[in-house]
Amino acid sequence: MLPEIEQYFRLEKLPHMWCPGCGNGIILHSLVKAIDKLCLDQDRTTMVSGIGCAARASGYLDFDTLHTTHGRALAFATGVKFAKPELNVFVLTGDGDCTAIGGNHFIHAARRNINLTTIVFNNNIYGMTGGQYSPMTPNSCRATTSPYGNLERPFNLTELAIAAGATFVARTTTYHTKQLTDLIIEGHKNKGFSLIEVITHCPTSFGRQNKMGTPADMLKWQRDHGISAMRYENLNPEERADKFIIGVLHKTEAPEYTTEYQKLLEKLG
Amino acid sequence: MPGTWEVRLSGSGGQGLILAGIILAEAAIIDGQNVVQTQSYGPAARGGASKAEVIISPEEIDYPKVERPDVFLGLNQESVLKYMTGCKENGLAIVDSGLVNHVPPSKARVYSLPITETARKQVGRELVANVVALGALSALSNMVSKESVTTALLRRVPKGTEDMNRKALELGFGLAEQALSAVVGEN
Amino acid sequence: MSTEPRLIQGNEACAEGAIYAGMRFYAGYPITPSTEIAEILARRLPQVGGKFLQMEDEIASMAAIIGGSLTGAKVMTATSGPGFSLKQENIGYACMAEIPCVIANVQRLGPSTGVATAPAQGDVMQARWGTHGDHPIIALTPSSVREAFELTVRAFNLAEQFRVPVILLMDEVVGHMREKVTLPQPGEFPVVNRVKPTCSRENYYPYKADGDKTPPMACFGEGYRYHVTGLFHDESGFATEKPEIIDWQLKRLHEKINQHLDEIITYTSEETEDADLVVIAYGGTARAVSRAVKLARQEGRKVGIFRPQTIWPFPEAAIGELAASGKKLLVAEMNYGQLLLEVQRVAAGRSEVHSCLQSNGELTQPDVILTKIREVYEHAPGN
Repeated sequence: MLPEIEQYFRLEKLPHMWCPGCGNGIILHSLVKAIDKLCLDQDRTTMVSGIGCAARASGYLDFDTLHTTHGRALAFATGVKFAKPELNVFVLTGDGDCTAIGGNHFIHAARRNINLTTIVFNNNIYGMTGGQYSPMTPNSCRATTSPYGNLERPFNLTELAIAAGATFVARTTTYHTKQLTDLIIEGHKNKGFSLIEVITHCPTSFGRQNKMGTPADMLKWQRDHGISAMRYENLNPEERADKFIIGVLHKTEAPEYTTEYQKLLEKLG
Repeated sequence: MPGTWEVRLSGSGGQGLILAGIILAEAAIIDGQNVVQTQSYGPAARGGASKAEVIISPEEIDYPKVERPDVFLGLNQESVLKYMTGCKENGLAIVDSGLVNHVPPSKARVYSLPITETARKQVGRELVANVVALGALSALSNMVSKESVTTALLRRVPKGTEDMNRKALELGFGLAEQALSAVVGEN
Repeated sequence: MSTEPRLIQGNEACAEGAIYAGMRFYAGYPITPSTEIAEILARRLPQVGGKFLQMEDEIASMAAIIGGSLTGAKVMTATSGPGFSLKQENIGYACMAEIPCVIANVQRLGPSTGVATAPAQGDVMQARWGTHGDHPIIALTPSSVREAFELTVRAFNLAEQFRVPVILLMDEVVGHMREKVTLPQPGEFPVVNRVKPTCSRENYYPYKADGDKTPPMACFGEGYRYHVTGLFHDESGFATEKPEIIDWQLKRLHEKINQHLDEIITYTSEETEDADLVVIAYGGTARAVSRAVKLARQEGRKVGIFRPQTIWPFPEAAIGELAASGKKLLVAEMNYGQLLLEVQRVAAGRSEVHSCLQSNGELTQPDVILTKIREVYEHAPGN
């Protein structure tokens, strides 16, 4: 591990529990690099996570860390941030955690535009329970609960966040680590609800069932399919079919909830 | 319990019966009494039959609900049919003469008074029918003093509506006086 | 605060009691018959610098108050029937992670949507066992508006002292009725604040407790940088699956309550000394029982009333004593027999246990209870 990021980890809790080849560690690395560049006070930064593989991330990080119940990370984080707005609050959640059981909290945190930096580890599957399909599993993909191929359609999570009122929405992959760090930095600087969707690879539960090859093959797939908006613009519809845009997808300004509440307190006080 | 008044105010949702119950209870507090006020209502905020109950007593009040009303108020037909049962002998029942056509047999003294009509014609607002009723029932029963009920009313109503409400209350007092003199006249 | 007596609703007394106790963070979801608590706090909390938040659902409300509590705030939520069911998972989280919080449940008639505006006491067992797994719980049941205030303050004191969720188990009768109350002045009631660590970060073990079994609790943002999880954990707060540590933790969670039963359990008993029959009742039902007991005494029957203010932990010792003295016991409640089961368990055949149960959406009438009292009183064992 690079010495400059060591201070953000609870080294005694490593090695982590994730499978060999898992992308989650890459996200963690980018996250702490972003925190380092942002010069955030470690004592004033809180990591909130839900349940699932991604959610175990909080335990490895040396901050106040809150490992909550399934799907509820954003609701717990809302409580932390609203009670103590001066804290930097990051939410680490998986696709199942955030978009299925936690879907309601997700749209409402976005609607409130509360200043939380939410990183969705999207591996397209329920990894910890052994590979069931999630609301982010692509149509026709295999999972233990879609043995004949997934009949459902996945969410477009970034579009959902934009529609719900998030003021910073971005997407990237675990292949694009430098961009991931930059997006986390930019997302954290946004005064409002920020979503960073990270396409990450789960070789054990998703890749294996869908014949995606080795972890390195999955990373190459991310490299080849995640493209910038500019490149995407220049593709014809056929070429676009299996591609997705990475980078900042949406950025706007809107009243932030805890700031508005503070104004109310000042008005009444 | 000696000196205890059990009061049931009923009508349709939106007629302001709970507020009338609260004002009556607060008047009794001003008079130094103990009070409990409860209510029963359905899912609809308007219409139907709802009731507010008040128990006034110099003693500590245990059971909070009215079992046998000393005073009953019915501001619509449905609530009279539903809630007028069980009035005490020599109790007092006041119904709205314009809205209640059928009064079931009762041991109480029944007064059919033009409550809503008075509010509409003399105050210009049907909205204050509850206050007219409050004036009538407190003057007919003497369970709270006129001063206390006036004070309690003025503490509760929105600013700017004090005069209208005071007028409605006094019209209620007047309805009670007319009713009492009519009874004396008949004798 | 005024020293004049005022007409106050039970739900309002709960809200005011919470503010008196120092509660400054509320998150909730509107539901009848508890909604007035949220409405009053939406107005009141910003006036005292507190935080009020209407969340997207009941689950989120419970989650948000746990988050708020971790920053050091005294927190609460309020709900009824269906909402209480939805909160259960995160109530379990608060038990496990030892997060002080208060949950007011103004009980209404169920199961399911039931009757939203009708009183019931059907959540007694849910308050005890509603969340999964073994855990102790504290639940308090007020019978009057004044007591709704007092027990709300007490609920916060117990939550902060023992780092537990405390359930204020009201019912629609107590929540919605208005009574003449003089609210206490500041200082009149004790207000307990949670114990924070004084040691350095390196020496802080968030779940290491001394003799009283309740560990000091650090606030997020104050440099302790600790981990909180709903998984079984060791003294450091990190997950474990070691049976001996799980055993240690679960036992400690129970002991921190069980070692302090005398402090936690309160009740009132009237005219039980010479009584041949003691009626056990709580919440709104106890008001009907009070009347029935008076009427029974007027008829010359020696009847008393025992009223738990702490319903969980169950006042086992006090009821055990009544049972041991051979007095007949009669449990009156607005359900089909929930506290009754506990009374039967504790009586263990030492005294007769009878019941007067009603769950039809109306407060049980004194006459119904009096009739039952007469029947039980005249009835000789073996008849």
